[in-house]
Amino acid sequence: MVAVSMTVNGKPVSGDVEGRTLLVQFLREDLSLTGTHVGCDTSQCGACVVHLDGESVKACTVFAAACDGADVTTIEGMANPDGSLGVIQAAFREHHGLQCGFCTPGMIMSAADLLKRNADPSEREVREWLEGNICRCTGYHNIVKAILAAAAEMRGQAVAAE
Amino acid sequence: MAKDHGIGASSKRREDVRFVTGNGRYTDDINRPGQCYCHFLRSDIAHGRIVSLDTAAAKAAPGVVAVYTAEDLAAVGGVPCGWQITDKNGEPMKEPKHPILAEGKVRHVGDPVVAILAESLEAAQDAAELVELEIEELPAVVDMTAAIAGGAAVHDEAPDNICYDWEFVAENKQAVDDAIAAAAHVTTLTLVNNRLVANPMEPRAAIGEYDRSDDQHTLWTTSQNPHVIRLLMGAFVLSIPEHKLRVVAPDVGGGFGSKIYHYAEEALVTWAAKDVGRPVKWTASRSEAFLSDAQGRDHVTTIDLALDADNNFTALRCSTLANMGAYLSTFAPCIPTWLHGTLLAGNYKTPLIFTNVKAVFTNTVAVDAYRGAGRPEATFQIERVVDKAARELGVDPAELRRQNYIAPDQFPYQTPVAVQYDTGDYHATLDKALELADAAGFPARRAESAAQGKLRGFGIASYIEACGIAPSSLVGALGARAGLYEAATVRVNPTGSISVFTGSHSHGQGHETTFAQVVADMLGCDEGAVDIVHGDTNRVPFGMGTYGSRSLAVGGSAIVKSVEKIIAKAKKIAAHLLEASEADITFENGQFSVAGTDRNLAWGDVCLAAYVPHKYPIEEVEPGLEETSFYDPANFTYPSGVYVAEVEVDPETGVTTVLNFTAADDFGNVVNPMIVEGQVHGGVAQGYGQAMMEHAVFDENGQLQAASYMDYAMPRAADLPMITVDHSCVTPCTHNPLGVKGCGEAGAIGSPPALVNAVLDALNAAGYGVEHIDMPLSPARVWAAIDAARPAAAAE
Repeated sequence: MVAVSMTVNGKPVSGDVEGRTLLVQFLREDLSLTGTHVGCDTSQCGACVVHLDGESVKACTVFAAACDGADVTTIEGMANPDGSLGVIQAAFREHHGLQCGFCTPGMIMSAADLLKRNADPSEREVREWLEGNICRCTGYHNIVKAILAAAAEMRGQAVAAE
Repeated sequence: MAKDHGIGASSKRREDVRFVTGNGRYTDDINRPGQCYCHFLRSDIAHGRIVSLDTAAAKAAPGVVAVYTAEDLAAVGGVPCGWQITDKNGEPMKEPKHPILAEGKVRHVGDPVVAILAESLEAAQDAAELVELEIEELPAVVDMTAAIAGGAAVHDEAPDNICYDWEFVAENKQAVDDAIAAAAHVTTLTLVNNRLVANPMEPRAAIGEYDRSDDQHTLWTTSQNPHVIRLLMGAFVLSIPEHKLRVVAPDVGGGFGSKIYHYAEEALVTWAAKDVGRPVKWTASRSEAFLSDAQGRDHVTTIDLALDADNNFTALRCSTLANMGAYLSTFAPCIPTWLHGTLLAGNYKTPLIFTNVKAVFTNTVAVDAYRGAGRPEATFQIERVVDKAARELGVDPAELRRQNYIAPDQFPYQTPVAVQYDTGDYHATLDKALELADAAGFPARRAESAAQGKLRGFGIASYIEACGIAPSSLVGALGARAGLYEAATVRVNPTGSISVFTGSHSHGQGHETTFAQVVADMLGCDEGAVDIVHGDTNRVPFGMGTYGSRSLAVGGSAIVKSVEKIIAKAKKIAAHLLEASEADITFENGQFSVAGTDRNLAWGDVCLAAYVPHKYPIEEVEPGLEETSFYDPANFTYPSGVYVAEVEVDPETGVTTVLNFTAADDFGNVVNPMIVEGQVHGGVAQGYGQAMMEHAVFDENGQLQAASYMDYAMPRAADLPMITVDHSCVTPCTHNPLGVKGCGEAGAIGSPPALVNAVLDALNAAGYGVEHIDMPLSPARVWAAIDAARPAAAAE
């Protein structure tokens, strides 16, 4: 067993993990953060996307032991401090960007990383960015709409803040 | 103006709040105190005899709690089948036992042989490596034609591998043959409806728990219909009476049919939880899901369409081989028969129809309903053969359809294949689809593509489906072993809030929102005052669950009936409180009034009086305000529509790009347009997957070649365009109180033939004489078809 400590959603956490324990297992089983999902075993589906030191990663391809000292954000850490929905979360709801909800946490985490890198993505850029996230319910139509709407909203907020 | 609440409003989904914050509660999110973990050792051989099986070393491995084989399950029944088909000779279908764990023989790769329980999943998986299992390999039958032509028998009970040989409508056989012989033109086509894997994003999972204090079993499972699982597993597999068995299907991450069925893993964890006295948890890996979830489609059909000299359809004849896989899944036998044969009239007036279906056992994963279930297969056949006929006759495919559509004034329309369509207007959806797809502007767009060396195609498909799977008396006569009504309890609480307990199950459809809209509309209350409860057999009345686009048409109607009873009772109470005649009480916008006076009572006052019956007509009316209804519809519902695909094919690579996709549907009345449109988007994407990329291919040894997300291609965001959706053509259903028809499957039914027709249009318009390409239309297949036709095109 290996002792690990990391920051998850702004809080310090620690635990003992096996060498083979994946970050997603540590989050779900040790920390009970079950919003991060496992939809495949080949790192294709993207339901497990979290942010590791600010970048989106598939938590099924990272060993928990390798995350010692890291800063991790999961879907549970995406709401505003007052508990209201964050811009991307609210946009997914507003534009019906989810149905069964299983891929949604990964979609939102992936979208957040995209919008950090590209504040004004085209529809094509959004679609291509989502290459590593599979949704079986929505046909992506409303996911793409939600992300474009969130981007516009965030740009508006950024202008207002200046 | 669009409504902002109630029926017709695009109310935002209440369930989204938990899903976008990570607070959904799916089965694998649940952990029970003291649970152990189950892992199944599955056969890696498609067909073989178990020569020896030694689990001693696995039992002794660290952390192992128990190891089970078929011998331990002697008192446990097999997985039952829920639908019996009677074959053309009046004999029941062959129904071999489907054991929970393999008994003596394995019949497909993935067939579970040993169940290992351990303190951790890793310990169970490690122990599986220590099981000594020797299987003598037998010849595997994979191809259906080979299977029925002397292939090795999958089951001793079916030496020819035929489960049933079914004819419908049997008495029309000769007349159909005669009409085809006499036809001015006959178009013939042989089609493969490719096998698909449903692939809901949440893999199946199950947790069994047993409480010794009251002999109570609980199963948490990823199910679309928890009561059906309770009935099948309790009565036929484990002999647990219903009052001692609770089945909970919490948040479920998509189903598309694959989570309708009762699976062996559910029974094993429920049984084992009592045996070891601890909760037992199993979660499928995606690899296991590929080898154990029931798959979809897999038909091979030859179809003949006969036309007279004026291009009127005179007869249709189909002959289908339908793959059942190695075992009969819960509803498998009815898919190629009653959900397929009865839809072969499509949208057309074809007077004579005959079909023969042979269901075939093979050494492959079981096949059952997948989004559309039988109706996509029927639609694909009809819409492909109609398109081919148009090309052969040199007529516009839209006009050939229009000419043969059932006319709007012919409803209700009795088809020659048993079902009676209540309403529809196929010409209206065709006109709407062609308008939205800008058919008129297509030649100019084709010329633009041609200028860039690309081939542009325009493909049309009509569809009709039978939804609201229902009338119990009818399906019973057709072999169903269950009723197909739906149940709902509406409980008005003392302070006026409302709890609705529905037998329908939501796994992405947004019932919590839609059903609340219906209730709020009827009661004139805020949607937020209505709570929708589903998915727990200890909370909701005996319901049949969600499949076949039935939830609103059947489940919603049960809710409407209960609310109507609530209003009727509340009026009695209000009449008493207002000292008026019941006949004079009106109920509007949540208020009871005495007609013609200014006397009224608020909803909450009546609710409170029902539970605090101090001044109350106790002689005439019981206290309380709670009603239950079981709604059994008079007929199926018949959504219909026309889909148009516009594609561009690169002749150098065979790559097809979908540029535009238009769906014009008649779903009857619509409660939440936003949700309905989302259902169409998703259905179209799955239909795109079938048409363009998905294929569960087994090799000749029965190994699934596409058994992971690295190998099984599913649509990604970049594959699809925005989808144009319209549901403004409305012919309300005439036999349910909401006038609704169902929308969940339409997209997956109508889109494959539209896409294939579009690609073939692109190729044929460019001079490549390609009659047909089997799905999926991968670049390799399209390129090969182009390449084979190149000399002909060049010669022109």
